[in-house]
Amino acid sequence: MPVAFRSLRMKIGVGLAGLVVLLAIFGPSVAPHDPQEFVTMPFAPPGHLLRFGGDYLGRDVLSQFLFGGRQILLMSVIAALVGVGLGAILGIFAGFRGGRFDEFIMRSGDVVLAFPQVLLALLFISVTGPNLTVVVFLVAVGHAPRVARVMRGATLSVSERDYVKSAMALGMPTWRIVAQEILPNVSGPLAVEVGLRLTYSIGLISALNFLGLGTQPPTPDWGLMINDNRIALTIQPWPVLLPVIAIALLTIGMNLISDALARASAGLDRQVNA
Amino acid sequence: MSAPLVVANLVVAGSGTGVAIVDDVSFELDAGQVLGLVGESGSGKTTLGLALLGYARSGTLIASGRIFIGETEVTSSSTGVRGKLITYIPQSPASALNPVLRLHTQLLECVVAGEENPESIIDQVLREVALPTDRQFLRRYPHQLSGGQQQRIAIAMAFIARPDVIVLDEPTTGLDVTTQRQVLETIRRLVKDHQVSAVYISHDVAVVAELVDKVMVLYSGKVVEYGEATEVFRQPKHPYARRLIAAVPDLAGNRSPVGILGGAPSPFTRPPGCAFHPRCDIAVDECQTRTPELVQLSHGHFVRCPRTGITPPALTSEKAALLTRDDSVALSVRSVSVSYGKHTVLQDIDLDLVGGQCTALLGESGSGKTTLARAIAGLQPRSSGSVIFDGADLAPGVRERKKEQLRKIQYIFQNPYESINPRRTIQETLIASYQFLCGKPKNSQELIAEALDSVSLRRESANRYPDQLSGGERQRVAIARALIVNPEILICDEITSSLDVSVQASIVELLQRLQRERKLTLLFVTHNIALVRHIAQDVAILESGHVVERASIADIFAFPKHPYTQRLIADAPSFDPARGVA
Repeated sequence: MPVAFRSLRMKIGVGLAGLVVLLAIFGPSVAPHDPQEFVTMPFAPPGHLLRFGGDYLGRDVLSQFLFGGRQILLMSVIAALVGVGLGAILGIFAGFRGGRFDEFIMRSGDVVLAFPQVLLALLFISVTGPNLTVVVFLVAVGHAPRVARVMRGATLSVSERDYVKSAMALGMPTWRIVAQEILPNVSGPLAVEVGLRLTYSIGLISALNFLGLGTQPPTPDWGLMINDNRIALTIQPWPVLLPVIAIALLTIGMNLISDALARASAGLDRQVNA
Repeated sequence: MSAPLVVANLVVAGSGTGVAIVDDVSFELDAGQVLGLVGESGSGKTTLGLALLGYARSGTLIASGRIFIGETEVTSSSTGVRGKLITYIPQSPASALNPVLRLHTQLLECVVAGEENPESIIDQVLREVALPTDRQFLRRYPHQLSGGQQQRIAIAMAFIARPDVIVLDEPTTGLDVTTQRQVLETIRRLVKDHQVSAVYISHDVAVVAELVDKVMVLYSGKVVEYGEATEVFRQPKHPYARRLIAAVPDLAGNRSPVGILGGAPSPFTRPPGCAFHPRCDIAVDECQTRTPELVQLSHGHFVRCPRTGITPPALTSEKAALLTRDDSVALSVRSVSVSYGKHTVLQDIDLDLVGGQCTALLGESGSGKTTLARAIAGLQPRSSGSVIFDGADLAPGVRERKKEQLRKIQYIFQNPYESINPRRTIQETLIASYQFLCGKPKNSQELIAEALDSVSLRRESANRYPDQLSGGERQRVAIARALIVNPEILICDEITSSLDVSVQASIVELLQRLQRERKLTLLFVTHNIALVRHIAQDVAILESGHVVERASIADIFAFPKHPYTQRLIADAPSFDPARGVA
């Protein structure tokens, strides 16, 4: 959808999110210190050598920050893609097939939706112990029913269209109708979902890391940084502020992107509809 | 006192682009007169209708020109004009009425503030539109009314304020012929009784001819002909007006409708010079460069064409050669019933499709005609009965049918804007259908070219997406998709009802040619009785799930037996330019 890329919303969104992603990818190669190295006093204030001061163990905050984004971003992207993929498949088939299959899928989804996503993650991790794969999986499973609802709705309106009926009149098998006729026509909401779920994943995974259920020390991580350094927020705010700003920028950027996609697929920004 | 409605040099343009959607329209209308605004989709008729109320849709603005209702000037910011001096009746009453408000509340909203006795006004208006006036009726919600009743409520709402001018935007589109006739009568009576000036917008020339005093033909936002209705309909001077009138199927069956090739251009792709020249049969080089002026031919009759003196070539349609009847039955439907849950939609339907003939399935909305067509195609499971084709009983659902059976019976859908996947090119759409039923094509380029040729589409269309084509072209693509697998039976479900008359006529010509060349058997589902006369050889009339009459075309118009058939024929708007206004 080239229309979406022309909007100001999209440009700002791509700018903000791109900045944070670049930071996470190339950060480690420009970091001045090893993130595990003790270079100063605990909670040392910013000076001319260490631009953002030291953390609770006396490590360089800037290096910690530059190293800490990669893993959380990677986990969020995987969780979002798996969650949206799973949800889209379930939602589209439920919407297209209808009947008992639809009821079964959607009611099972309701059960998952009944629990807050964090609570569900807490429950499983308390059994398995902190494990990154489990965290990604749980976040993805938490997304699936939410995505499925949206995709089912989009599918319902598309499958009433005559081009789907026309494919049915040819006797085409269901998977082929879904792949050829339905999927290309729900790609708008699907793109919106990817953006939205990515934002949610980042929030959720940093929250789990903050709670100590995801990434374990000494691996540098934005969520962990916030938790470890919050006790000295008043005297040395940088180890908390830097990851907070990065996550906020990324979230706002991703939201702007998905908003632009949603507007474009709804045709809101079209100039003249003559 | 001046005329109740005066419009001078009105221009409506796109707000960003400055492209004129309605260009330089002027007219005057007396009290009690009806002006018909006629044109194809995209001609700007609705935009003009809304501009009369001082309203422009988002993305457009009234760029210049003045509108007076009596002494009052209408501007986009004028309050107290809309809903008092001028009112509007929209196309679809179902979406114009608020579904969560009772009728009484909605009618009360339209009473001009300060009226002493609103109840008596509502009572009187309801009487005038022939609706019940009791409290029980007024307590109903819009969904509890029929389509005709809803439209009458919309009319009542427009007349409550006793306006001087009323704009009616295709108020009878989507209504059955009988209801349409009653609604038109109501409008005609109210206009005369209250001496209102009415502007009636429609693409249906036959309806307009029954109602209006003056007619204005719009093409590409410009007035191409304007004058007294009798004069314009009997002797249209502009080539477009002439072709438009020739495209209307006439009920008497004296002449075949003739289509106009191509479609009306969108406001952004209007050709220079005379916008109609690419489709005109008397165009000369000059037409491509010079925009003609609107000139007065005789008193009150204006035409925008410098070549009105030229005698145009006679219009010929590809009249179907008389087919020899061999009475071999290609497909027969035996006591088929269909029900949705406990509700029976079709009851014991018997129908024979004679090989090489076109059988029309005629019925009003809700008669079950589409359900029957879908039951034959296997899209709608039947609850009993059989469909016999090639000596075998076809399975109720498509999935149980053999590929060969699927190939031989092809279905074309009503709305070409919905029946083609918008995300695939025309070529991909055509190939997908062929590949599934007939296997991989040996030479796909040749196959596509052949399919496009057979429906008179340009070969370049193959790489386009559906939204780059006009409605008529899309319907041709849908027909090509059915033809590419070389079927024996074509089921056409209202395939012309969402198209303009000029396009409808050319699609009908196409179907007749295909029927002749390929010996196709057609099932033509429609609600348009005048069209049936021109395309079909046999007809079956369906009323609320029953076939009430089956006969040949000649017999059904000469001796309609069933009272329902007689009523259908009597209520259809008949249009015969030779007689002028019917």
